[in-house]
Amino acid sequence: MTDANPAEMPERGRVDHDAVKPRRGRRGGKGEQLQVPEAEFRSYYGRPIIKAPVWKNPDVPLYLFLGGLAGSSSVLGAMAAATGRPTLRRAGRLGAAVGAVGGTVFLVHDLHRPARFLHMLRVFKPTSPLSVGTWILSPFATFAAATAATEVTGRFRRTGDVTGVAAAAFGPALATYTAVLFSNTAVPTWHEAHRHLPVLFGSSAAAAGGGFGLVFASVRDNAPAQRLAIAGACTELATEKKMEHDLGLLADVYEKGRAKTLMTASKTCLVAGALGALVGRHRRWSAALSGLALMAGSALTRFGVFDAGIASANDPAHIVVPQRERIARRQASTETSTTPPDRAFA
Amino acid sequence: MTNVFDAFSGAATSLSGPLPDPTTDAGWSGDHPKRVGFFTDTSVCIGCKACEVACKEWNLVPDDGTDASGLYGLTGMSYDNTGDLGASTWRHVAFIEDVRPHGTATTGHLPSGLPALGGTPPRDAATAPPDGGTVDLLALLPDGGAHGQQTPDDERDVRWLMSSDVCKHCTHAGCLDVCPTGALFRTEYGTVVVQDDICNGCGYCVPSCPYGVIDVRESDGGAHKCTLCYDRLGAGLEPACAKACPTNSIQFGDLDELQAAADARLAELHGRGVEEARLYGRDPDDGVGGDGAFFLLLDEPEVYGLPPDPIVTTRDLPEMWRNAALTAAGLGAAIVAAFFTGGGRRK
Repeated sequence: MTDANPAEMPERGRVDHDAVKPRRGRRGGKGEQLQVPEAEFRSYYGRPIIKAPVWKNPDVPLYLFLGGLAGSSSVLGAMAAATGRPTLRRAGRLGAAVGAVGGTVFLVHDLHRPARFLHMLRVFKPTSPLSVGTWILSPFATFAAATAATEVTGRFRRTGDVTGVAAAAFGPALATYTAVLFSNTAVPTWHEAHRHLPVLFGSSAAAAGGGFGLVFASVRDNAPAQRLAIAGACTELATEKKMEHDLGLLADVYEKGRAKTLMTASKTCLVAGALGALVGRHRRWSAALSGLALMAGSALTRFGVFDAGIASANDPAHIVVPQRERIARRQASTETSTTPPDRAFA
Repeated sequence: MTNVFDAFSGAATSLSGPLPDPTTDAGWSGDHPKRVGFFTDTSVCIGCKACEVACKEWNLVPDDGTDASGLYGLTGMSYDNTGDLGASTWRHVAFIEDVRPHGTATTGHLPSGLPALGGTPPRDAATAPPDGGTVDLLALLPDGGAHGQQTPDDERDVRWLMSSDVCKHCTHAGCLDVCPTGALFRTEYGTVVVQDDICNGCGYCVPSCPYGVIDVRESDGGAHKCTLCYDRLGAGLEPACAKACPTNSIQFGDLDELQAAADARLAELHGRGVEEARLYGRDPDDGVGGDGAFFLLLDEPEVYGLPPDPIVTTRDLPEMWRNAALTAAGLGAAIVAAFFTGGGRRK
């Protein structure tokens, strides 16, 4: 009936009572305090306010990684076909198909009622990033699988060129819509990063797709993959740094626990992979090693962002402190009113 | 009905902000019933949990299964052994023991009617009145218990806060917006309900609720929450929790009438000097366009485990789609450019 067993949701409901102490803010007598002291807040026994995602780990982070890999690989493959780079074409097309089919499997497995996957296709809802994503993934996976089939069998090559371009048309959207999927939740660390996550995930996809090309394309053909991978890794590193800076208080989840470990590992892999790709493209083995490191860096970023979101959702400070600051800002900007804030409806 | 493509363009007004009639906005014809809701007046809640029990019995909601020990699910949080709202908890009574050292409480902590801030010693039922008359127990409860229930004590002042939490049935419901299957829908009464035979357990509604209400039930994999007793509404009955509430803390009715009643109750309490009383979820200008189920609280919302300033997550969705589309275009351009920069193909 279901595969929703508690062991697959390890983060769920586990409140770290050391990390989430029920810190109490001062009460400054009657009246409302206008400025909430940082990290001092009141809560209900330190419990989480919103529910952490029930999405499964590693299913969803892997889906994000594979979707990004497939999306950029499809464009690489189509461009390689157009410019006559056969081994890169083959790598791009296979990467697109493997990523799309693998991602679909993980996406279906993540459902708590997998047999009802097709219910996703009942409606098209622009207000639901998951619905939009389903309608991106479905045609993409169809075209990418058809293209890979023509590539492997060597038959219907003309058709394969057309479906390859069709898949490439959906590819970039597949790589970036997952940022909307995450940021369109009430999870503070994800929602407040809604300007950064698309760039982070898009550049991560570029690093993954370029890395895949470096692994499987010949030295003769792999120059575009190298350039894409290095550009992706650099953009990803810069965006991640900017995101943590702009998140302020909400970035603390990236500075502790498993998310910190994952993000540190991700940065290490991306730097090593980018340097390796820069100097080692002309040797098959060093190109392949660099590509693997870049793919690992991209995957680790997805795992790190996922973990940070779970930690953010479980921390009531992430809800209360920013919302209190928002209220204080609003009240400060409407000082003209003499009505006490609590009696606005009296 | 709102054009679906408005969500991409940002032209939709129905993603956030005041919305007088969410039922018509959701596509129902103009002659639908009036929007209904709950007004939960926590100042008269006695923490009996009859609402929790009535909800479980009527809706056949299974055991919460939240207990780590497998015994009684004791949380150590006062009398609250339920924890929070979830897939199998559609009403949740919160208990807050607000304890302060005697004499340090602010006026907001102890009622002005109780002489606990120095001066004459507190009176209680065991102290004979000075004039030798009978003790009026009700007179000892200042303002009819409107400040939460008080326990006078020589060493500490205790204020009890109790509140029955429930799904807010938001005007702009994040869970409904993000549901990819259409399982969540807006009923003709303006409430938000999950159709269990459609839900495929994707879990997207769970982190999208700014109040942490809806959840996936592990035993059946589906998302569940309060239906505001959709089945009872159709039969002209009030929801089970409101029916069972012995103090009328949970009031059910047409939303406009509940709002008027809540405004009157708030004015009455403020008139009695209960300055800490405030309405929560009443304001149609708030981040979710106002709640169908709203509350009168005696302290800040976060003390009850409620977010102080919730905003429906889809308010920012048009901007997110723009960012993602621009980034996708940029990614595509970057890949194409990778084939032409650096002097073209190497031989």
